[in-house]
Amino acid sequence: MDIHEYQAKKLLAEYGVPVPKGGVAHSATGAIYQANELGGDKWIVKAQVHSGARGKAGGVKLCTSQRDIAKFCDKLLGNNLVTHQTGPAGKMVSSIYVEEASDIAKELYFSIVLDRAIQKVTLIASTEGGMDIEKVAEETPDKISKITIDPAVGMQPFQARQLAFTLDLPNQAIAAASRAVMKCYRAFRDTDANLLEINPLVLTTENKILAIDAKMTFDANALYRRPEIFEFRDKTQEDPRETNAAEHDLNYVGLDGNIGCLINGAGLAMATMDMIQHAGGEPANFLDIGGGASAERVATSIELVLSDDNVEAILVNIFAGINRCDWVAQGIVDLLNRRDIDIPLVVRLSGTNVEKGQKILKDSGKEVTTADTLSDAAHKVVAAWKKATGK
Amino acid sequence: MSILINEKTPVLVQGLTGRMGSFHAQEMIEYGTNVVAGVTPGKGGTTHLGKPVFNTVKEAVAATGAEASIVFVPPAYAADGIMEAAESRIKFCVSITDGIPTHDMIRVKRYLFARAKPEDRMVLTGPNCAGTISPGKAMLGIMPGHIYKQGNVGLIGRSGTLGYEAASQMKELGIGISTGVGIGGDPINGSSFVEILKHFEKDDETEAVLIIGEIGGPQEAAAAEYFQKHMSKPMAAYIAGLTAPPGRLMGHAGAIVNTSGESAAEKVEILQDAGVMVSPTPSDMGTTMAKLLKSN
Repeated sequence: MDIHEYQAKKLLAEYGVPVPKGGVAHSATGAIYQANELGGDKWIVKAQVHSGARGKAGGVKLCTSQRDIAKFCDKLLGNNLVTHQTGPAGKMVSSIYVEEASDIAKELYFSIVLDRAIQKVTLIASTEGGMDIEKVAEETPDKISKITIDPAVGMQPFQARQLAFTLDLPNQAIAAASRAVMKCYRAFRDTDANLLEINPLVLTTENKILAIDAKMTFDANALYRRPEIFEFRDKTQEDPRETNAAEHDLNYVGLDGNIGCLINGAGLAMATMDMIQHAGGEPANFLDIGGGASAERVATSIELVLSDDNVEAILVNIFAGINRCDWVAQGIVDLLNRRDIDIPLVVRLSGTNVEKGQKILKDSGKEVTTADTLSDAAHKVVAAWKKATGK
Repeated sequence: MSILINEKTPVLVQGLTGRMGSFHAQEMIEYGTNVVAGVTPGKGGTTHLGKPVFNTVKEAVAATGAEASIVFVPPAYAADGIMEAAESRIKFCVSITDGIPTHDMIRVKRYLFARAKPEDRMVLTGPNCAGTISPGKAMLGIMPGHIYKQGNVGLIGRSGTLGYEAASQMKELGIGISTGVGIGGDPINGSSFVEILKHFEKDDETEAVLIIGEIGGPQEAAAAEYFQKHMSKPMAAYIAGLTAPPGRLMGHAGAIVNTSGESAAEKVEILQDAGVMVSPTPSDMGTTMAKLLKSN
């Protein structure tokens, strides 16, 4: 789960990580109020969306007057900000963060990640702050330092010092940098985070350490024990199709094609999407209905796929192990009894109770095209889609 | 031979008396698996599905000599159940549970590595997998056993249902499987492709291996490197997720393209460069294996 920069900073500040003073607002007047509360004569005003690279996309501005702030808010609030990470549709700006401007002497990079190769938590730091860290890693790998944490004992202060001394900091800032790193690690550990990235972490002209940006993502599987993190969820940043699916406990990812998919198992779902493309179509979504799906759950899933206006044909592909083909078939028939579907529907059933499932579909008298194999199913749905739409 | 389990392996079911545990234990017994006992804290001394139930794994192992275990325990308690199995000297453990927090799995892995020499270390597969099956002998999992034909191909996959797809395509072509191993869709797996490949490389009955990977993580690249350097047996592969957009989690907690080298296209290239025969589509997994077997 992603959260906003201002939420990450609030969380980090609670752990004692130094962050600039700031306040969140949802209107231009609110933003001006926050600037007045902060005082001073220059502020960094930042659009809050779940994406990096906001600066390049025009989502961050140094403002020196109330008029500047109002103009920036009017331009962004309620509109979508498109960055190179959001996709062409962009993400809705529903909040603005106003922060006191800092006098920066040096920009650094700092992050904490789950390193899947070594299956441990790794801290990464670099003197090259504000840059794309993947590029730095590729071009100048010697400018990147890494520290791996032993999960049995957690991070030790010497490790924080080791990292701090690689950052070309003046001696009087080493203790502060080490403390900030330790506190970030505690925040990461105690919240079941997957990623914490501070880019840049800065040294100010007064030799203070400050987190100027902050990005955190969290393990969705651990939210049950982190209710305070779950509170940070912002539905305005989600695809409404996905929010709707999540409410039904379904795993759905919206895509840009026209062929709706309903599959059991994440791997088979991805493979089916690939097969649709191979057959000449484009998938409209990823949808994994999971194991042991009831007829009702299947019907709900088809409704969900149909709620996307771009969908012009549907493919149901089930390889039942823990699922049952007869339940899936019953779900399809129940839905077709409830409402008409005026787009092609192709169903491939395989595995547990496949004969029963096929019989239910056949006996229903409904217009359903069946397929025996994955390849057959993908080709049939693409052909039916082309025929129905003339595309 | 097969790897990890056979018809003699004495199996323990952790969470036997639960709804999931009961249903799948029954299926495993019907398949021929030597299920010897169950563990449910608080139900020790009772009998379920005709098998004795114990309060702790330690008691169950002492009383029955169980060597393998399958863990049907809800996500919040699954890591604990896995470590209990390791502490009780279980040799092979399958974790089916989907949704175990990643930080818990980091601790589990540390525990497995710290407490035993490599030769005594418990082999863990999963979590978030369909289990392991040695066709015609035994199954520790939730898969439909009848779609697997006994034979000489080793199968390893991150996805359960895509593993079924591969098994049934191969069966259709008369190709059987020595052992099918689900390693699971989570970011941190008990065993990686490489760890299971080592078992297949040593197994006399396995003539070739098919690995089924997907987007996210460094495992497929590691498998390619291991294949090139250490394997004498031929290998085929399929990678799911060519159409998956970067930065999006595709169902499995581990299926996300975050950094370079993690996309399906890059993995296909790495595997092909290492000399692995890659199936162009998910419908060609069986035919690709047939071609591989024919050419060797």
